[in-house]
Amino acid sequence: MPDAASIKARIEAGIPGSSAKVDDWTGGGDHFRAVVVAEAFSGLSRIQQHRMVYEIFGDEIGGPIHALSLTTQPARSS
Amino acid sequence: MSDQQDNPIRQAIADAIAENDVILFMKGSPEAPACGFSARTVGVLQALDTRFAAVDILPDPRIRQELSALSQWPTVPQLFVRGELVGGCDIVTEMFETGELAELLGAQDVALASEPAVADGSLVQIENRLS
Repeated sequence: MPDAASIKARIEAGIPGSSAKVDDWTGGGDHFRAVVVAEAFSGLSRIQQHRMVYEIFGDEIGGPIHALSLTTQPARSS
Repeated sequence: MSDQQDNPIRQAIADAIAENDVILFMKGSPEAPACGFSARTVGVLQALDTRFAAVDILPDPRIRQELSALSQWPTVPQLFVRGELVGGCDIVTEMFETGELAELLGAQDVALASEPAVADGSLVQIENRLS
């Protein structure tokens, strides 16, 4: 069963330089909520930003991960 | 399988998207959503007085599979405006809160300019087009 910590680790590994905050929304291990900040998002539409995150999980979304609610933000390069 | 001509479900989905300026693929119907995310998305569209077509993806699991293959988007609901995927519940809600959704829907006066094939709230029945 996925957990918030492993989802956070996979997002951060899948999108280099990103920072993710992940909550288990219901405590049931299948509805998660993530806020992801990444420089890689800059210049992309919301759809494209969310797709980058969804692509990390492939078929698991809608399967073991019933829902992954996303908020994505481009990071300002420092 | 990937050939659209040999794939009546995917073709029916593509046709429905092309024929309806605002179309929501959801679980359940606007009157009886079968999922909280679908319910929230319907609520946003209703709050904006948007006229939209709806497709219930639950009657046949292939609808969901083909929709995601077509849109490259893994989850449901999915909102399309003028043929373009806007997003799911998260993006629609965020765009509602920022006013971008009202702008998108109102920009060309979608609700009034188009004559949708279906009346408010009625379902586009993808599966009925297959037989």
